[in-house]
Amino acid sequence: MTKDLSPKDKTLGEALRSQGISRRSFLKFCAATASMMALPPAMIPTIAHALEKAKRPSVIWLSFQECTGCTESLTRAHAATVESLIFDSISLDYHHTLQAASGHAAEAAREAAMQEHKGKYLLVVDGSIPLGNPGYSTIAGISNVDMLIDTAKHAAAIISVGSCAAFGGIPNAKPNPTGAVAVSDIIKDKKIINVPGCPPIPVVITGVLTHFLTFGTIPELDHLGRPKVFYGQSIHDRCYRRPFYDKGLFAETFDDEGARLGWCLFKLGCKGPSTYNACATTKWNGGVSFPIEAGHPCIGCSEPNFWDGGGFYKALSMPTENISKTAVYTAAGAVAGAAAVGIMNRYTRGKADDTHEKATIDDLEK
Amino acid sequence: MTESVKSPFNIQIGDELTWNVQPILHEIRHALRTLLETGNGSIIDLRSIPLAPGEEDTILDALGCGEVHAKLNALGPSEIYETRFSGVWMVTHYNAENDVISRFIEITRFPNILESQREDMTTSLDALEALLDTTPGSDKTETHAETNT
Repeated sequence: MTKDLSPKDKTLGEALRSQGISRRSFLKFCAATASMMALPPAMIPTIAHALEKAKRPSVIWLSFQECTGCTESLTRAHAATVESLIFDSISLDYHHTLQAASGHAAEAAREAAMQEHKGKYLLVVDGSIPLGNPGYSTIAGISNVDMLIDTAKHAAAIISVGSCAAFGGIPNAKPNPTGAVAVSDIIKDKKIINVPGCPPIPVVITGVLTHFLTFGTIPELDHLGRPKVFYGQSIHDRCYRRPFYDKGLFAETFDDEGARLGWCLFKLGCKGPSTYNACATTKWNGGVSFPIEAGHPCIGCSEPNFWDGGGFYKALSMPTENISKTAVYTAAGAVAGAAAVGIMNRYTRGKADDTHEKATIDDLEK
Repeated sequence: MTESVKSPFNIQIGDELTWNVQPILHEIRHALRTLLETGNGSIIDLRSIPLAPGEEDTILDALGCGEVHAKLNALGPSEIYETRFSGVWMVTHYNAENDVISRFIEITRFPNILESQREDMTTSLDALEALLDTTPGSDKTETHAETNT
């Protein structure tokens, strides 16, 4: 006889079966999940086994100084069926952009979720936190920094979604009028998973949530707190235009022969060599394309201080050495070459940081 | 050498700047040999490989279509077919909006997703028994059948 469990007590397997979803459908869901989490297909049975037993975690989502682009990205995740299953299997107890309640009623919901799931809830943050003057951003009269500290205290894990929460993002760009900082600048005693991007790729957001749901642990992180499974390789290393780079074939302008032939966009400001993200494989809009495929250089939006890097179309992309020499290095060894370019770009970035100048419309049009 | 195919970006598929088509076809060849020699299957996730525009179509064209073609309706449609190379299957899962959510090349005798699952069969047996129990005269029918056997 089936136990009569409340939705909150059911495991994901029980919840899906009660909705009449077949085991075959569940296996399909697990296959798509493995692909989404960039895990090898051999992991599908493991995922199935873990998800079968997973329980719905409570999620509190705080939005601070942000443009709502991260939530827009998430709610437009292309794999609607899979994502809806993920969201059916979490309890989104507070998200003031999506929830119907507002003001004190919304805050009461947050406090109730914190109390009921003390030490077990997931805290997701998008947006940076202003330290300059609390009045720049408050919710129900509570400053962002107070709300973050209060909510983070008993969270099982914290996920900083978007470059603003992860690194300060655009609010943190010079001259940073609000004194915007990242979550990690305030919360020091908890592991924080950074999911940067402006916005992050939707399936990367859900992939991180799914990883927690599946394995109950946080994924392996890089030195910037980003999950290696999505941010482990540079855009450049996974770019289908990379062989043009190795051949020294570059578009010099947006309308020259090289651009028409799909050559490398390095000289047009592509930040691919110093940017770590999954755009080149996961892509956007249901896997249709990504900026480089559409003919635009990567702007490096998942890296710290990308807005102050010296201009999307010049500083980072301007080779500090003869590019043909760099191409020889990379042809000799792709990984070593990418590292060399990465170092070169970090040097350029550092230099750009030191001699930062305000971007103007003229710069953008160059 | 495969025939040169033009992608939307004028990348010459088949020339030396074609990166993933040949390696994937070789990977399939090795996986098929392993399947024959050891019985162990392999799965290649096409979504984990940085394919240039047109490369996925080139791979699909190279593999072609074989004798078996199946469609699923499980959380959105899925299309499964054996390529013209026996033992090499193309498995594509779509969501309810017909977007591709995952695409695998499976080198196996029979893709697992097509098998009837034990849990589903158990549920089906319960449903079938419930159906017979609630059908008027079902007890009599079963008794009559048992008497005859």
